[in-house]
Amino acid sequence: MIPRPRPKRFRLRRTMMFMNAQKPGLIKDAYIYGCDSIMLDLEDAVAENQKDAARFSLYHALKTIDYGSTEVIVRINGLDTPHWQEDIRVCVAGGADGIRIAKCESAQDVLTVEAAVLEAEREFGVEEGRTLLMAALESPKGIINAYEICTASKRMFGVAISGGDFRRCMGTKFTKDGVDLMVARGQMLIAARAAGIQCFDTVFTDLDDDEGFMAELMQNKAMGFDGKSLINPKQIRPVHDLLAPTEKEVIWATKVVEAYKEQSAAGVGVFTVDGKMIDIAFIPGAERTLRLAKACGMYEGDLV
Amino acid sequence: MKNAVGRDIPDFLLKNGKEVYQGKFYMDGKYIQKAGPKTRRYEKPQESKIVDSIVDALKLCGAKSGMTFSFHHHLRNGDYVANMVMEAAVRELGLTDLTIAATSLGDANDPIAEYIEEGKVVALQTSGIRGKIGDVVSRGKLKTPAIIRSHGGRPRAIEAGEVHIDIAFVAAPTSDCVGNCRGIGGKSNCGSLGYAITDSRFADKVVVVTDCLVDFPNYPASVEAIDVDAVVVVDSIGDPKKIASAAARISKNPRDLMMAENVAKVIASTPYFKDGFSFQTGVGGPSLAANLFLEKFMDERQIKMGWAIGGICGPMVELLKKGKVGKVIDVQDFDLDAVNSINQTPGHYEMSASQYANPANKGAFVNKLDFVVLAALEIDTDFNVNVLTGSDGVLRGAPGGHPDTAAGSKCCIIVTPLIRGRMATVCEHVVTVTTPGDCVDVLVTDYGIAVNPLRPDLIKCLDDAKIPHVSIESLKEKAYSIVGRPDDLEWEDNVVAVLEARDGTILDVVRQIRPYKG
Amino acid sequence: MKVEKTAVAGTLESSDLMVTVEPSSGGIEMDLSSSVINQYGRQIKAVVLETLERLDVKDCKLTIVDKGALDCTIKARVECAVFRSCGNSDKNIPWGGAVR
Repeated sequence: MIPRPRPKRFRLRRTMMFMNAQKPGLIKDAYIYGCDSIMLDLEDAVAENQKDAARFSLYHALKTIDYGSTEVIVRINGLDTPHWQEDIRVCVAGGADGIRIAKCESAQDVLTVEAAVLEAEREFGVEEGRTLLMAALESPKGIINAYEICTASKRMFGVAISGGDFRRCMGTKFTKDGVDLMVARGQMLIAARAAGIQCFDTVFTDLDDDEGFMAELMQNKAMGFDGKSLINPKQIRPVHDLLAPTEKEVIWATKVVEAYKEQSAAGVGVFTVDGKMIDIAFIPGAERTLRLAKACGMYEGDLV
Repeated sequence: MKNAVGRDIPDFLLKNGKEVYQGKFYMDGKYIQKAGPKTRRYEKPQESKIVDSIVDALKLCGAKSGMTFSFHHHLRNGDYVANMVMEAAVRELGLTDLTIAATSLGDANDPIAEYIEEGKVVALQTSGIRGKIGDVVSRGKLKTPAIIRSHGGRPRAIEAGEVHIDIAFVAAPTSDCVGNCRGIGGKSNCGSLGYAITDSRFADKVVVVTDCLVDFPNYPASVEAIDVDAVVVVDSIGDPKKIASAAARISKNPRDLMMAENVAKVIASTPYFKDGFSFQTGVGGPSLAANLFLEKFMDERQIKMGWAIGGICGPMVELLKKGKVGKVIDVQDFDLDAVNSINQTPGHYEMSASQYANPANKGAFVNKLDFVVLAALEIDTDFNVNVLTGSDGVLRGAPGGHPDTAAGSKCCIIVTPLIRGRMATVCEHVVTVTTPGDCVDVLVTDYGIAVNPLRPDLIKCLDDAKIPHVSIESLKEKAYSIVGRPDDLEWEDNVVAVLEARDGTILDVVRQIRPYKG
Repeated sequence: MKVEKTAVAGTLESSDLMVTVEPSSGGIEMDLSSSVINQYGRQIKAVVLETLERLDVKDCKLTIVDKGALDCTIKARVECAVFRSCGNSDKNIPWGGAVR
């Protein structure tokens, strides 16, 4: 048994890669690729009559494989299926870091799952509150209720949009400029930020369209997404490269945080760095940049 | 007697001056008296050496039971010639007790397994041994132990007279009526004929088998008419689709690419990576992909590759055409791009196996090689490599140029996944040592990089370039922690194959595998 | 647990194994074939027997075709097949108890 560190609600989740819980040959190597999180899937990747087998595979995969510092999330079946309760039991018993609630439409959905998770934590002697949650918004109702979903529980660390299912509900098709999902993405991002949690964009399924992938990534970055769901390891590197801060940004952030530490120790709240006015409002952003830089190996200091 | 890699070599093999492996370069400085063939003088002018059939050629050459026949493997999995000759010899002429001295044997030669089981073929000398032949030899059906040699060790053994070839059969994509052969210009092209050259000069008799007769003189010739006794024209010497695959494509597998990038980083961190450096890769996924990343480093530092050698395929030809490598010296072509380039693209030349890797001549190409990137079936904590026996103990690989390039190069890098299925690549002891650990410098896996402690200079290079590395023991432990520690294979006493090091000393033996008993 | 009917779990894909359990009246009978039988035959058998013991299965006939699966996969497939054979594989599994 590999003891796993306590899951952290706030951590880097630039890349979240989907993996089929029933492909043991692939899972054992998942962490080599260096994505921030992997998502073991009990839902759409698993055939209806193999849901039971997938749970056994998942349990042992959680307990025996060394994932290093990669987070392990499990996508459970929707609340409209007969599977979700047993899914939650096996996730908690196996020690998954978090659970992804598919087809989440309301705060009640989150609360229902949370109650079952708490019960499972008690049943299996897992520290109460350890298992995190995230919601996948796949329908218009889910998007409308985004803020209440984000704030429904202290375990919630993020929301993601499931593009395929959402487009089906809306009767729209994928467009290159992202207009089909623009409003949904925007609304979800605003809700997540207001709630203070992370926001992830949907998967890009055309593995041969490198240009299209980059275009969507750049739009994701510009809109403020924290990370993206992936379906293939070859997508990891472009996301990490794009979300990495530039050297200039790292140097600037270092100056800002250093200056702040000095100045606030001397009792000064507003000061200039390189001719620009800086106050405490700038610090979280600068610290975030440094944390990202540290993850990419661009920053080795101890300011964060 | 135990040798320098800790393998116990049975005494009965150490006769006639055969010694155990005693470290690389042990034979440096010694003298050899080369053995010459006994050849017929064809002083009276002949217009043509063409005979009607392979059987006729065998008769002309006085083929008898007990003889040694040689073949090259440039037609790879598409070869028909070795099988045709053996069928004629065994089934039509009723010969028996034959020795096959091939440069390599593969799946294409499965029909020969039957002759082994029948006792018609009693000895094998080869680099590669696979498929049904590998199976049959592993089960102890070959009367004498097979002798396995590297591409460099074979010409050494032939020149020293350790292998006496009675009749060499040269499959030639084109030949003229008196036996000048080339590897291009026909319908079953293979490009380089490098492996056939030594045989053609040291065998008592040489028979050319071609499916494309061309005008005399077929120059420049790889195998020359002055060495040829007879020429046979057949319908087909091989299946073109299996001789040269369609252009080798660089892997898109992220794991292969990740390892390949690390290989390039290691190369770029060494002082040998400077303008004019030399390089060789294998054709496996990560090895070939290393070319891609290496090119990026070359562009960054504005340096060019001076020369490249080896088995050649498309990507290397690309580099030549882009002007990023000065010369490509070719002992074997793997794909159509390479076949169509040799002797056509300026800078792309053929070389013989001896020029490539023979340790006993006055300096083969491998002696000046800077980097070689190779694969491995297994590698142990002493960095010994196995490319011959599967982890189930069955013969299914070939040393090829592996031991030669490892010994000659300044930096030998092995790239391989840590685990294949349930088999740990990095292990406690390899099943068979085909390349000794003192020739292997760096191991790159998908779980980390390890440097041979015998190379503290390379350790410093990696440290200076901030390339993380771990001990090979920790990689082995990681592998076993995932797949579990395997049980040892069980062996019978009899020796089925002898592994010769490139200098002729004995590196290891393979015994008959004992089947699993539930 | 008692094996009540024939049940199958797993596939013949590389790194997986296919486990068929059938009821039997006399002890545990195992028919194992594996692509890595020489190196891991003994270990595979041990893991299977250990798993059956934890599930308290005393009588069954197992047919296993292994394609190089790791221990965690072997356990998962044997457990799934046994639970399926009792018709109980999708609810209230003793995670961390008999299954571990």
